[in-house]
Amino acid sequence: MGQFGIGQPVRRKEDVRLLTGKGLYTDDVNFDGQVWAAFVRSPQAHAKILSIETSAAKSAPGVVAVFTGSDLKADGVGTLITDVEFKDLAGKDMFRPKRDFMTIDRVRFVGEMVAVVLAETQAQAKSAAELVMVDYDALPPVGSTAFAASPDSPVIWEEHGSNVGVHWENRPEAEIEVQMAKAKTRVIIDIVNNRVVPNPMEPRCAVAKWEDGELTIYAPTQGGRRIQQGLAKTVMNLPADKVRVISADVGGGFGIRGKLYPELGVVSWATRKIGRPVKWRGDRSETFVSDYHGRDQINHAELGLDANGRVVALKVWTIVNCGAYFAENGPRLPINGGGRIIPGVYDIENFYFSVKPVLSNTVPTDTYRGAGRPEANFLMERLMDAAADATGLARDEIRRRNVIKQDQMPYRTQMGMLIDSGDFIGNMDMAMKAADWTGFEARRAESAKRGKLRGIGLSNFVEPSGGRPTEEMRIAISPDGKATVYAGTHSHGQGHETVWAQLLNSFLGIPFENVTLVQGDTKIMPKESAGTFGSRSSWMGGVGLQRSAKRIVEKGTKIAANLMQAEPEKVSFDAGVFRAGTSSVTLAEVAKASYEPKNLPDGVEPGLDESYFLKRDPEEFNYPNGTHVIEVEVDPDLGKIEMLNYIAVDDCGKVLNPFIVHGQVYGGVAQGIGQAMTEMTVYDDEGQLVTGSFMDYGMPRAHHLSMIDALFNEVPCKTNDLGVKGAGEAGACGAPGAFVSAVCDALKDFGIRHIDMPMTPDRVWNTIQKAKAAKKA
Amino acid sequence: MENFGYHTPTSVADAAKLLDANEDAKLMSGGMTLLPTLKQRLAAPSDLIDLAKVPDIKGVCRDGDEVVIGAMTTHAEVHENALVRELIPGLASLAGQIGDPAVRHRGTIGGSCANADPAADYPAGTVGLGATFVTNKRKIAADDFFVSLFETALEPGEIVVGVRFPIPVWSHYQKLRHPASGYAVVGVFVAQTKAGVRVAVTGAGPSAFRMSAMEEALAKNFSVKAIEGITVDADDLNNDIHASAAYRAHVVTVLAKRAVAAR
Ligand SMILES: Cc1cc2nc3c(=O)[nH]c(=O)nc-3n(C[C@H](O)[C@H](O)[C@H](O)COP(=O)(O)OP(=O)(O)OC[C@H]3O[C@@H](n4cnc5c(N)ncnc54)[C@H](O)[C@@H]3O)c2cc1C
Repeated sequence: MGQFGIGQPVRRKEDVRLLTGKGLYTDDVNFDGQVWAAFVRSPQAHAKILSIETSAAKSAPGVVAVFTGSDLKADGVGTLITDVEFKDLAGKDMFRPKRDFMTIDRVRFVGEMVAVVLAETQAQAKSAAELVMVDYDALPPVGSTAFAASPDSPVIWEEHGSNVGVHWENRPEAEIEVQMAKAKTRVIIDIVNNRVVPNPMEPRCAVAKWEDGELTIYAPTQGGRRIQQGLAKTVMNLPADKVRVISADVGGGFGIRGKLYPELGVVSWATRKIGRPVKWRGDRSETFVSDYHGRDQINHAELGLDANGRVVALKVWTIVNCGAYFAENGPRLPINGGGRIIPGVYDIENFYFSVKPVLSNTVPTDTYRGAGRPEANFLMERLMDAAADATGLARDEIRRRNVIKQDQMPYRTQMGMLIDSGDFIGNMDMAMKAADWTGFEARRAESAKRGKLRGIGLSNFVEPSGGRPTEEMRIAISPDGKATVYAGTHSHGQGHETVWAQLLNSFLGIPFENVTLVQGDTKIMPKESAGTFGSRSSWMGGVGLQRSAKRIVEKGTKIAANLMQAEPEKVSFDAGVFRAGTSSVTLAEVAKASYEPKNLPDGVEPGLDESYFLKRDPEEFNYPNGTHVIEVEVDPDLGKIEMLNYIAVDDCGKVLNPFIVHGQVYGGVAQGIGQAMTEMTVYDDEGQLVTGSFMDYGMPRAHHLSMIDALFNEVPCKTNDLGVKGAGEAGACGAPGAFVSAVCDALKDFGIRHIDMPMTPDRVWNTIQKAKAAKKA
Repeated sequence: MENFGYHTPTSVADAAKLLDANEDAKLMSGGMTLLPTLKQRLAAPSDLIDLAKVPDIKGVCRDGDEVVIGAMTTHAEVHENALVRELIPGLASLAGQIGDPAVRHRGTIGGSCANADPAADYPAGTVGLGATFVTNKRKIAADDFFVSLFETALEPGEIVVGVRFPIPVWSHYQKLRHPASGYAVVGVFVAQTKAGVRVAVTGAGPSAFRMSAMEEALAKNFSVKAIEGITVDADDLNNDIHASAAYRAHVVTVLAKRAVAAR
């Protein structure tokens, strides 16, 4: 392949534009005559709304209108979408609370919107918002995950009578207990998977305009198609093609930005209502209390092992805190998202798992980088470490004995998923070698001389990727031979401008710089577009492009044959040139000719513009996997952890651009380390978000991390033509388990075998003190 | 943010006049703390009196046995200043540990001290070195300057002009950074001054305080051993989600020992 083809570390095309301020983010968009929206948000976690008094706000300077949830309801605005349905074993449906776009008579979390103020300037809107008087009748709040599930907890939805939406189980527990009873060793763990606040760099923003019976809305999304459909149906009561969603440049998605947020609905409804464009620019404080949060599980798990350290059975009980409402995917994450892959890279035949999604007075949780898989992998890796302790086997040995071997591939998991490929032993070998695992004890001794406790940890993971099962991609070649990709996928940091150009360079021989990407506009994107999430783009978008390119060649061949006076069967295509015998024409020449009807054979339409609607079995995924190793040093007097070394071995199948995949690994690892080390989300007993700003919420910074060595153990995926697997979420899956394992290894002499995340200095130090006291007693 | 009047006086006297004339006015130096509070609508002063155009209150000079730092001197300037590095390296190091580069290039010693954040670093440095605050009205010893949480001895209309630091024999600062904000969970400044040993602590309590038991012990025997068992009572310390009072009390001793060990 040439310098710009598949597999080359091509530098990102988009970076110069983005780094020199030439991007088009939503906040860069303004319409003449626009008004500004400011939301009145609940300061209470749980309360009845007795009244909302808007007259003072309405008469404040510059105010154009003030609306409440009742106004939307009166106009027939529906409720937000919960796109999940689960039943318990008895067949009883999950409870699905309805969420209004703006709540009407009850608030259920701090930050929930109760009114919107529209004014000539943003400052006027914000000032007037402070004049909206809401009379609340406080109710007891439910903040913590464990409390929400307990029978002593206040109930948030009286009509359901419990905070538990459903008790989902994959099968009766007794079936697996029969197997578990045969185990020689049983290990039990209780762990917390801490809630995180995702915080993309760009705060949310929306600019909406109603014109000629059509709504246009700019907003940072991960591909606006589903948001377009949601707005059209539930808010605007219009056919979808009368709603246009545009997300040009977007500063980070991470799963949470792919959703139809209530603010988008209110702004869309309001622009039609008042007949002027409406703009809302959220600030960071609003990000904290209105963007969906991630994770927030409590897991209890039991692993049974035989005399050889082979797993005989696994049982897991998960409580997931979904917040005040079930967001689009909320309860899906611990079940279909991550739960069913809990056994991970291990060959485990007997698996029981139970999930209780609970409602609480907190911001709803939804998909966040990994969306259930980091939680699943973390749980399994903590179990493996516990199993190593219980059996006396080394941490890598217990894993080696249990991983699915290459000769077992394709491997059908107990939950019916088909892992096509992966070299799990090879991942471990490669990572441990790169980390000089065998030389570790010498380094530990050296640290000890300096009063530091050194530890090393590893974690394996596998994370089914692919997201929604359809995607459409289109390639249009203009008469000058340049190509435009109309993508259903959406790049919001991933670098698709670069990678799609590399693919076209490889498939069609089009020069890298002659490929332009068009995305993020529902009017222009292919009809069946879905977007980017779930580590799906290289597969669904890449293969979609490959097939579109094939159609370009097929049609080009007919035209070229005509031009060269040759039989189409005699025409070959390679590196941008069609040949027949000694004649040849370039793709650019064919493209030019394709627009002149005189050159076209019978039955061939003018133009060189092809698309492909890629559809796969919804139960078919690809399986990115890997082994990550971390080395840390703990300062026992301060409880402070320093990360010293990070080795990431990833199998994301065929690597399209190693430079870009490295970026994905670094980012995912940073988010995983953030969750493990610094990101603490705290709701107090009143249901207030105590960590509502960067002064209190520990986003990981560069200095928290060591350098990351990202390596590939490339095993091409067997279920798609490009051989690609996902890459975007791997880092977040691998990092937490490896990190906690390393810290616990450092602290093993204290008898410490687990510390819940985030492992802040205070928490680590307190755990050490408790362990010391316990030893003495 | 609400509307406000904006003034750029060119002398301390003019700034003081503006301050006297507008009851709800606020001084602004780098705006690093002030502006976020305005943006979050936690404060709405009628006027901002920006000290940026006042000459003479920015920069570092030596005056006999003292290093004088103007109120408008940024943390980055203190950190990089050759005189501070040579004469009070402990202070240069402290300034370099504040926040991040952006904050260090805007935030000032005057603004930081006037703000009296319990977790700020400068309070430890000024108290630890026995510095004196010079205002447009008087001189205030650092020991008397920090009164409580976000509270100083400054009176309405009083402007910090500079801080005078007696040149110590030796000094050192140790800090445990807050996992989120980067401020001091605990910071301990130890100095051997001509007037004796001083140990000042920030972050742990409502405002910076001295560890007199440690000072006495170190005066007799300047060694890690001398302060080994000396602890501060956790009852008086800050207790929050990031650090329990017991943890803070423990860290005070650990950091003091590390500072002494650096001698
Ligand atoms: C992200 C971030 C991280 C930070 N991290 C740290 C840290 O690690 N350690 C640390 O110590 N600090 C930290 N700070 C604080 C920073 O060091 C600033 O010094 C502090 O915010 C004060 O800012 P300023 O000098 O710009 O003063 P301003 O914000 O302009 O003013 C602060 C207050 O002081 C008053 N004031 C200003 N100048 C005078 C004067 N000459 N006389 C009387 N009153 C005056 C103002 O009226 C105002 O009330 C951080 C700040 C930020 C934003």
